[in-house]
Amino acid sequence: MSKDHPKETIVPDAADASGFVNAVDDRGDTKVALAGSGLAPGRATKVNPVSRLISHPLFGLVIVVLAVALPFINSSAYAIRISTDALIFVMLAVGLNIVVGYCGLLDLGYAAFFAIGAYTAGVLTTTFGWPVIATIPFVVVAAVIGGLLIGGPTLRLRSDYLAIVTLGFGEIVRITANNLDFTGGPNGVFGIPDFGDFGLRADIATYWIVAVVVALAVLASARLGRGRLGRAWRFVREDEDAAEAMGIHTYKVKFAAYVTGAIFGGLAGVLFAVHQTAISPPSFNFLYSALILMAVVLGGMGSTPGVVVGAIVIALLPELLRGAENWRYLVFGVLLIVVMIFRPQGIWPHRVGEKPARVRRKRVVEDEPEMIP
Amino acid sequence: MTAPAGIRRAPEEATPRLLEVEAMTVAFGGVTAVDGLTFGVNEGEVLSVIGPNGAGKTSAFNCITGFYKPSGGQVRLGGVDITGKRPARIAAMGVARTFQNLRLFGELSVLDNVRAGMHVRIKQNAFDAILHTPRYHRSEQEATNEANRWLDFVGSRGNRYNEVRNLPYGEQRRVEIARALAREPRMLLLDEPAAGLNHNEKEQLLDLLRRISGLGTAVVLIEHDMGLVMQVSERIVVLNYGKEIADGTPTQIRSNPAVIEAYLGAGDDVEEEAEKIASLSDDQVFGRVEGDEA
Repeated sequence: MSKDHPKETIVPDAADASGFVNAVDDRGDTKVALAGSGLAPGRATKVNPVSRLISHPLFGLVIVVLAVALPFINSSAYAIRISTDALIFVMLAVGLNIVVGYCGLLDLGYAAFFAIGAYTAGVLTTTFGWPVIATIPFVVVAAVIGGLLIGGPTLRLRSDYLAIVTLGFGEIVRITANNLDFTGGPNGVFGIPDFGDFGLRADIATYWIVAVVVALAVLASARLGRGRLGRAWRFVREDEDAAEAMGIHTYKVKFAAYVTGAIFGGLAGVLFAVHQTAISPPSFNFLYSALILMAVVLGGMGSTPGVVVGAIVIALLPELLRGAENWRYLVFGVLLIVVMIFRPQGIWPHRVGEKPARVRRKRVVEDEPEMIP
Repeated sequence: MTAPAGIRRAPEEATPRLLEVEAMTVAFGGVTAVDGLTFGVNEGEVLSVIGPNGAGKTSAFNCITGFYKPSGGQVRLGGVDITGKRPARIAAMGVARTFQNLRLFGELSVLDNVRAGMHVRIKQNAFDAILHTPRYHRSEQEATNEANRWLDFVGSRGNRYNEVRNLPYGEQRRVEIARALAREPRMLLLDEPAAGLNHNEKEQLLDLLRRISGLGTAVVLIEHDMGLVMQVSERIVVLNYGKEIADGTPTQIRSNPAVIEAYLGAGDDVEEEAEKIASLSDDQVFGRVEGDEA
């Protein structure tokens, strides 16, 4: 359906239009029907070979293939472990990106949902002997309830208050887990089973499962961001009042973002529990929430590829800096500051021009010659 | 509330009007911005709301669209009480508006901005978006086509994939009107649409307003540009100090002493001035006000 020549897409199609629009068509000046194809040159949208390569549809696929092939390239236990960690961190970052990047809600306690997911999976598997898979519906429910509890009263407020309340919520969840008996108190939960080894080395099997789940999560979050709901999130981020004036119930839309983010965090928690086999409260402290937020900001808020890159950088850079020994966190911090000074919009910011539908992509490509000065 | 007899339009009161505002009052602390305002909008008419700065025009707009809760009075749309309802509810019932200072979604593309207007009509849920179902592709395509048609309608010529904040000012005004039109409103509220436009753009706006009116949409206009107001309005409501001081056709308003007093201040020469203004033709008034503003 979208294989038409782009110019045809803006010619009025009387068959599927409402009566109102037909009236417009009847009255509208037909000469301006093609106005959109004229197109003034945009604000310096640089189209260099690199950005052409990374915006190619196959680029994402290549990344996924590389990720899946990692155990064949380097199967050392260390490489698999830090890669699994990084992938889980990617999932957290794309989840938080829905809340912060798409919808503009500053959430400083995102690790709370991560903890809720990890603990729900951990307790159900160790206490009741359930397989991990069976815990997933309960994790989703627990994450949604967590999202409703915290979002319900606070999402009516503007973002500063939300940041403070979520910060508190993150700490409440961690401290509660620290004090309850069934969560194992400060010792946490240990002996969490994995998904099964499928005849492979256990850590590689887990890595692959994590890779598939995270790839699907990244895809889902990217697609959500482009659909009707994703647009509503961006409208709310840009101007809540204007969104309301267009008939968008901003409270519901913010709620949807918050709860979706919670589900992503909860599912990442399951992966984390399985990967670590043991979880304890200190894993879910404020620093962790801040690191996830940093991945989103560093990568480029609202940009899925950017956030993925940001998450990988935040997760792997400390490992790559091991050579600097005691200095590595200092170097890490300095590098982050340097990036934010020279690229405040993030490593790979969201570009308005690159859009999903094939029709749009074609149009953008058509415009390129005009955009190059 | 003391409009001279003969200027008020009594006959319409019998049939239910599209919008009825009754004794609406808005107070901010000690300041009463709108003070017992009563007026109505008929189906499909072009109504201008004018008045000096601070007369309560924008406050009245904000009450009608739900952004302020009136401290008293009632607002009815097509006979249904909408007083104090959420702006989104009122918008969904067919009231679209623009803002005095542009309120576009700056970092989003022109097309996305217009799609916001049709948001409530796009038939698609989150799972359609994740799974890219046929319904997703179909609804997105329809939304894009329709957004393009609205942009054509308002005569927007810029790159529609560009961030809207990079467009020239006049173009942004057009996009905001396209976004409101995409809501397919029964009533369109425009808050100073001509502010900041040059002469040429004002001419185009006038033409656009007439075409919008031709769609059957009621247009309510807050505007300071008297030339535009006099040319496009079927009826004019004049506010001062939060109250309606006059309601009538452009010709009636032009010769109304209360209006002249509100604009020029009371004084010995008011009557003389009123006669002078009343004797002017449309074009002279247009030129005169243009000149005053320059």
